[in-house]
Amino acid sequence: MIDIIIVLTLLLLGFIFGSIAEKNHYKSIRRRENLFKHIPTIGLKNPINPDNIRTTRLVVGNVVISVDYFKRFMAFISNIFGGNVSSYETLIDRARREAILRLKEDAKGASEIINLKLEASSINKSAKGSIGSIEMFAYATAIYRKK
Amino acid sequence: MIITNIESIPNREIISHFGVVSGSTVRAKHVGRDLMAGLKNIFGGELVEYTELLNESREEAMGRMKKEAQSLGANAILNVRFSTSSVAAGASELYVYGTAVKIA
Repeated sequence: MIDIIIVLTLLLLGFIFGSIAEKNHYKSIRRRENLFKHIPTIGLKNPINPDNIRTTRLVVGNVVISVDYFKRFMAFISNIFGGNVSSYETLIDRARREAILRLKEDAKGASEIINLKLEASSINKSAKGSIGSIEMFAYATAIYRKK
Repeated sequence: MIITNIESIPNREIISHFGVVSGSTVRAKHVGRDLMAGLKNIFGGELVEYTELLNESREEAMGRMKKEAQSLGANAILNVRFSTSSVAAGASELYVYGTAVKIA
């Protein structure tokens, strides 16, 4: 009986705090994405215009985001029936966008960012009582042009 | 030392190649950090401690790669790639590699 109460409490806590955190995070992501809209970020290997380049620099951004208890439970349910695990989709989407944003913050003053690569790794996946958290790492080359 | 993940540096000529240079670190987690992570596991959200930990480790790996390139006499590292692998439960390896070159 107590076990069920504990699980239900954790689910409720996870649902409330998790959805508040996600909502705030999306809000902040959208705001900052607007802020950095003027820097073209592309996956091409070569700069759009090779003239007038002052210097290039490797820029990085990373973030580790953990899933909440409720979402993990929902993912467990989805695991039984199959189909999209939408609770994890938003988690990964948030992590990816956050990592790219941090990369852009690192590349302050750059005129463009090229060769963007993203890498995901799950932390601690082989351990017992594994933590459902992922790391998203973004790296790219920032191009600085002569004024 | 110029480090980039593109294959050439615009408007600079490559004089000589020194081959692949790399650096790696294996980091284990901290018990205190793990405790916080366990809490966050219920509420969700960013694990700032882990973000920092991985960032530091990556910087250290990059430092090692840079040192290797410098000892070869290179002044730039091109085509840098990162990779992560989990060695054992609770420890992960961060590996970075690139091509050391001398540019004009």
